This record gives sequence, C-alpha cells and structure tokens, in this order.
Amino acid sequence: MQRKLNDLFRRLPVWAVWAAGLIPLALLVWDTFMGGLGIDPIRDIEHRLGRTALYFLIASLCVTPLLRVAGISLMKFRRALGLLAFTYAGLHVLSWLTMDMGFLWAQMGRDIIKRPYLLLGMVGFVILLALAVTSNNASIRRMGGQAWRKLHKLVYLAAPLVALHWILALKVFPVTPGFWLVVILALLGLRVAIPRPLKRSRPARA
Amino acid sequence: LTGKPSQFSTDEKPNSFEEITNYNNFYEFGTGKEDPARYADSLTTDPWSVEIGGLVDRPGSYGVDDLAPDNALEERIYRLRCVEAWSMVVPWIGVPLVSVLNKVGVQPSAKYVAFETLYRPEEMPGQNRPFLDWPYREGLRLDEAMNPLAILATGLYSDPLPNQNGAPIRLVVPWKYGFKSIKSVVKITLTDTQPVATWNALQPSEYGFYANVNPQVDHPRWSQATERKIGGGLFGGREETLMFNGYAEQVASLYAGMDLAKNY
Repeated sequence: MQRKLNDLFRRLPVWAVWAAGLIPLALLVWDTFMGGLGIDPIRDIEHRLGRTALYFLIASLCVTPLLRVAGISLMKFRRALGLLAFTYAGLHVLSWLTMDMGFLWAQMGRDIIKRPYLLLGMVGFVILLALAVTSNNASIRRMGGQAWRKLHKLVYLAAPLVALHWILALKVFPVTPGFWLVVILALLGLRVAIPRPLKRSRPARA
Repeated sequence: LTGKPSQFSTDEKPNSFEEITNYNNFYEFGTGKEDPARYADSLTTDPWSVEIGGLVDRPGSYGVDDLAPDNALEERIYRLRCVEAWSMVVPWIGVPLVSVLNKVGVQPSAKYVAFETLYRPEEMPGQNRPFLDWPYREGLRLDEAMNPLAILATGLYSDPLPNQNGAPIRLVVPWKYGFKSIKSVVKITLTDTQPVATWNALQPSEYGFYANVNPQVDHPRWSQATERKIGGGLFGGREETLMFNGYAEQVASLYAGMDLAKNY
C-alpha cells in the first residue's frame, strides 16, 4: 500500500498539483462573474481566498509527519503546496486592500497596528512572503541547508497565527477555525514528538 | 401593505428586497448571513402576541394588529449600520414605538424598556446551540424609546415583514448598531432598572448598552470609522460612518453631557 502510493506519487508531476491547486481560484472567478456569490460578494471573495490559503498551508504541514509516521512521501509537492498557500494568501490580502478597504491606506495602517486580528494576519503573511521568496533551489544553495531550514520552521509560527486571525475576526467563538487551530497544533506536536532522523542509522557491526 | 410617507425617511436609494432578505444576522437561525433566509420559513408567526408588562397602566397580551393597525402604518426608509461595519438602506413599514407605549400607559416610575425575542428552539434551530444566552434581549432608555425615530416594524417594502427580518414585529432604532433592533418581539417590559442586553452581557468590552453608531469609538477588534455599503459592487469602496448613523439632529440631545467613549 505504502509502496503503491509512493510509486503513484513519484509518477505524478508537480504541475498536476499546481493545476489542481488552482481549481478553487478558477471556481471563485467563475462564481464572481456568473453571480454565484452571495449578497456581499466582497466578503465571500475575501473569505474564500483566506480559507483556501489556510487549507494549503495545513496541507504543506502534513507532508513531513506523513513521511515520518506513514512512510508516504509527498516531499516533491511540498514546495508547490506552500507556494499555493502563499498565492491564495496574497490574493486574500489584495482583496482586502482593494475591495474591502478601498485603498484607505491611513485606516489600514492604523487598523493593522491596533487590531490584533489584522496584526496576526499580517505577521503571518509577512512570514509566508519570506518563505515564498526563498522557496527555490538557488536560495537553499545561497543560504545553506541549515539556515534555510531554520527560516522555514517559521511556518509553524505562521500557521497558528493565521488560524487565530480567523478566530478573532468573528463575533462568537467559531467552530471551524477553532478546529483547524487544533489540527495545526497537533501537527506541530507531531513534529516535536517525532524528531528528524539526522543520521541514517547504520546496521550495527557484529 | 402601505404606510404614510415620513419626514424621517432618507432619500438614499434603498437596497433591493433580495439584498435585505438574504443577508441577515439573526442568530436564532444560525450564525451565517444566509442562514436566516434558508431556515426562517419554519417560524410560525401567526398567531402571535406581545406580552406588555412591568410599569404600565394596561398590561396584557397584545396582537400585532392591536399594536400596529393598518391605518397607523408609516413608511420609514432608514439607514441600517451593522456593528460589523457594513450598511444598508431599508424601507420599513411600521409604527412609532411611542404610539405603542402611549397605548399601554407608561407609569411615571418607568425608566427603561426591555424587549425579548421569541424562544422556540424547535422552530429556531440556532437556539439549540448556546452561542448566545437565549432568549435574545435588548433594552432602551425610556427617552430613547420615546424618540420619534424608534419604530416597531411589521413590513418591508410593501410586504409583511419576512421571517428572516424579524417577523411579525421588530424594533428598529436606526441611530444604533443593528443588534439593538431586536427581532420577532414577544415581550416588552417597562422597568426602573437598566435591562439586560444580550450582546452587552456576553462581551461588555465590545458591545455597550447604548451601542450608538459612533465613528470615533472603535470596536476593540475593528474600526468603526468607515463602512461598506452592501450592493456597492466589487470596487464601491468605503464610506465615512456618520455620528449616530446620520441621525444626530434627532437624537444627539438624548446624550447631552454624556461621555460617549465611556457610554458606548
């Protein structure tokens, strides 16, 4: 089973993940132009982009635990998943900037400083931005594996910040983002509980 | 349903019937904006009675027609500003709240008016979940309730009030955030102490008893300086929120000398 899955994933090209990952965006564009959004389309666009970003972020967090716990390797898709998360996060921020806030720069600036939900969201986004621009082989070479890995551990800060950002933006304690925050913390727990096998264990010599 | 035109109506263009009836906060039917339109059909609004009591001369159970007879109906086109920083313009049909208060005879010792929404979880599925302390309650100071802007609405455009908008009878206080305008009212009580208001009790730092629309006093988690008009299109932008939602001329005197940053 494990081998079959790994074989399958080895043959699946990365662009297929990109193509599938852009389906939610295509559906959103379709709904926007075909009147499939609700009475407040701005809110729907903004929220759907934000939710999709978080889901891809969580998917990218699942890659390592899946390898360590189940031996299933999606490692080759991890970068695409992370970049998809960043793409949706970027569009989410852009929709807030243009459609929701209508370019009221002064109010946006004040709001980000004053409102914890915006501050958390923005810090999360800045982290994702830093990870996205270093998500290429050249950056890994330039930074060195260890420094690069250290930087990219920040994803474990970004993910709970983003979930909290969602929770704090709502009036009553919401079930869905609360659930995802628990999932993120569980994934983080798994990373801590099952450490990275630094050295390949060699068979002991008799 | 028709109502006499009123000097208090705004000349802004009302939102469409579709917008007003498909974008509602009515947590008795769920927390989603689409939930009320989806689930409020299950609500029985006939028969309906409103229990009026407390410090009144003629307490009792009143029918909707007793409180808002056809010949007394007025059309009031009001701005509606939600505490979530969006807004609409709604053409209500209803009667001034003061006419109802005069009908039941307010005693001199009364200082506040308390309102209560129907509690019927078998028809209001949201009430099966404890995100608010049901039944929903709201209150006004007596002088606020007597202000001619405060109405009890029974209609929307020329229709009887749709269920998702608080049928068959609801409060509308246009200078306050929308959550003060309690829906599907079954109980009105005149009291001498400040009544419990649901959101205020849940989160007093975020929702005040007064809840007057005030661009200078922010919600702790978001700004109230501007608002987004529903129906404004994808790039309609935001508008400045007006003090008392644009009704300062009629209501500012009610709060003369009060620190509105403290009494938010």
